[in-house]
Amino acid sequence: MSKIISLVSGIIFGIGLTVSEMIDPAKVLGFLNIFGDWDPSLAFVMVGALIISSPFFHLFKNNKKPIFAKSFNYTTNKEINKKLIIGSTIFGAGWGLAGLCPGPAIASLALLNINSAIFVVAMIVGFYLVKFSEPTTQAR
Amino acid sequence: MNVVNFTPAPAFLGGTLIGLSVVLFFVFNGRLIGISGIASNFLTSKDNRLDNFLFIVGLITGPILYKFFTSQEINISISNSFFLLSVAGLLVGVGTRVSGGCTSGHGISGISRFSLRSIIATLTFMIVGILTVLVKSLV
Repeated sequence: MSKIISLVSGIIFGIGLTVSEMIDPAKVLGFLNIFGDWDPSLAFVMVGALIISSPFFHLFKNNKKPIFAKSFNYTTNKEINKKLIIGSTIFGAGWGLAGLCPGPAIASLALLNINSAIFVVAMIVGFYLVKFSEPTTQAR
Repeated sequence: MNVVNFTPAPAFLGGTLIGLSVVLFFVFNGRLIGISGIASNFLTSKDNRLDNFLFIVGLITGPILYKFFTSQEINISISNSFFLLSVAGLLVGVGTRVSGGCTSGHGISGISRFSLRSIIATLTFMIVGILTVLVKSLV
């Protein structure tokens, strides 16, 4: 059953990116263009998502276990360190360059757009670069 | 600043769907969605590989189903510079793995549980994203 939930969650996430138009890099770049022609839509996507996800997270986090899995499994890493800041800075630079982050980039493969595919392949190369440079750290 | 192309209603509605997806994955499967983590773990780790694979399949199927059921075209405007896309993709891949999350993992899942770490990550990548767009507009 957990497999069906994984598929359905992915589908709903993909539809959410489509309905909100965040699948379109131009909308994301519009949000980041705060000093020019600003499109605040992305902030409304975040608010819409958080209004649903945050209360339910806090409602269910103290349950003994999730419905279809043996235990809850999510990071509780609280460390605020150089890696967090450097990584977020590198990500922010890439995000601002193309207007794509991992979710919309992968979802937009549905449109058979060669440019999305180029971005996703480069992103995967990036995943592996970090994986191979930190062999002792569990990626998550 | 000049507000343009603002679409608050679909943005909010789409956002609630993304929130619902996070809730389902958490309440039923016990995990918090972060797309960079799901995608990279699918490739590099055996843990939950089938779940990660099915989520990615769903993520790509979502827009196809939307198109099929609404008969609406999904138009996106994306750079066609091979160089820019490669550099941006590489930076996004490296950055999200070094910081442990992206817009979904830190920005939605992390902030949902009031993680200060995720709030700082989100502010950082947003500020850098804004500065990157500003610099691009100047050169």
